[in-house]
Amino acid sequence: MVRTTVNMLVIIAVSSLFFSLFTAFRPDEKLNDLAAYYAQHTVADTGAANIVTAIVVTYRGLDTLGEVTVLFLSASVVGFMLRRRAGVKHVPAAPNSELFKTAASILAPMILLLGAYIFVNGHLTPGGGFQGGAVVASAALLFFLASPEGHIPHFVINTIESLSGIFYVGVGALGLYFAAGFLDNRILPLGELGTLASAGAIPVIYTLIGMKVGAELSSILVNLRETGGEE
Amino acid sequence: MTIGAIGMAAGFILILIGIWGFLNRKNIIGIILAFPVFDTGLNTVIVAIGWMRGRTAPIIDSTVNASDTLSKIVDPVPQALVLTAIVIGVGVTALLLAYAIRIHEKRGTLEIDKLEDIKW
Repeated sequence: MVRTTVNMLVIIAVSSLFFSLFTAFRPDEKLNDLAAYYAQHTVADTGAANIVTAIVVTYRGLDTLGEVTVLFLSASVVGFMLRRRAGVKHVPAAPNSELFKTAASILAPMILLLGAYIFVNGHLTPGGGFQGGAVVASAALLFFLASPEGHIPHFVINTIESLSGIFYVGVGALGLYFAAGFLDNRILPLGELGTLASAGAIPVIYTLIGMKVGAELSSILVNLRETGGEE
Repeated sequence: MTIGAIGMAAGFILILIGIWGFLNRKNIIGIILAFPVFDTGLNTVIVAIGWMRGRTAPIIDSTVNASDTLSKIVDPVPQALVLTAIVIGVGVTALLLAYAIRIHEKRGTLEIDKLEDIKW
């Protein structure tokens, strides 16, 4: 009882805080200095049509590298905590219907293709490596749901993940020698705005990020799945 | 109400639901699932802060030319920050669920009232 009252008081305090923030907020009428810089310089600097992508991959590229590292760390810790232990048995699930299995085997490659499309077009459309990677991992999830007995070998996922990570840092390091700095996208020609082969190294980097994120999320799924079952 | 205000209000409400979930749920899975709700609300609020009247997404296409971005697009910085935050949120949620699995293996329960040694 006391606890519920305290919780209510906390909620009321936080909501009054939010309410005052909400009523005091006025949207800007013009872009602030930082946003205006990005708005004016993105095309000349990076050649990317999607300004958010230019910020994520180039202007704040180091931050994105750190983010991918955090995701890698959390995937590794999930794997470490749930590593297969003696005494934990895998209980076989009931077999799925033929309809579901057939539909999944047709849909999964198409979902993979959609994921690849999303990350390859990250510099042109509201897509990108993280979104595409999540779509790729959802194809892995569909595969697991459709065939409980099937599995994706760990070494395949780990190899894709490590290689894309190494190439990501490698492409970034090339920027030190051939352009202005680490993760600079101008190591490749900027091309014509709005075409697939534009924006220098951004499509390359975002493809690598997409593969890495897809592999990391899939490895989380694999680890969460393989612990299933009773003791 | 503008779209920005609706988005921000919805975000704040989701944050409150998330806090209520953290505080009131008795089951660890319930507590963990309050986290993505909180996270989504926070991201919605951040994106709503970048909203500006009569403007469009920061992508150069048929509606926005490369020369008039300054007057046509919303603030791209909050959107880039949220892109980062969403992925970190997924990682943290997966980690929390892994802890929940371990607790269930070791103690055989997920009800926090039965896990007395973490009670204060």
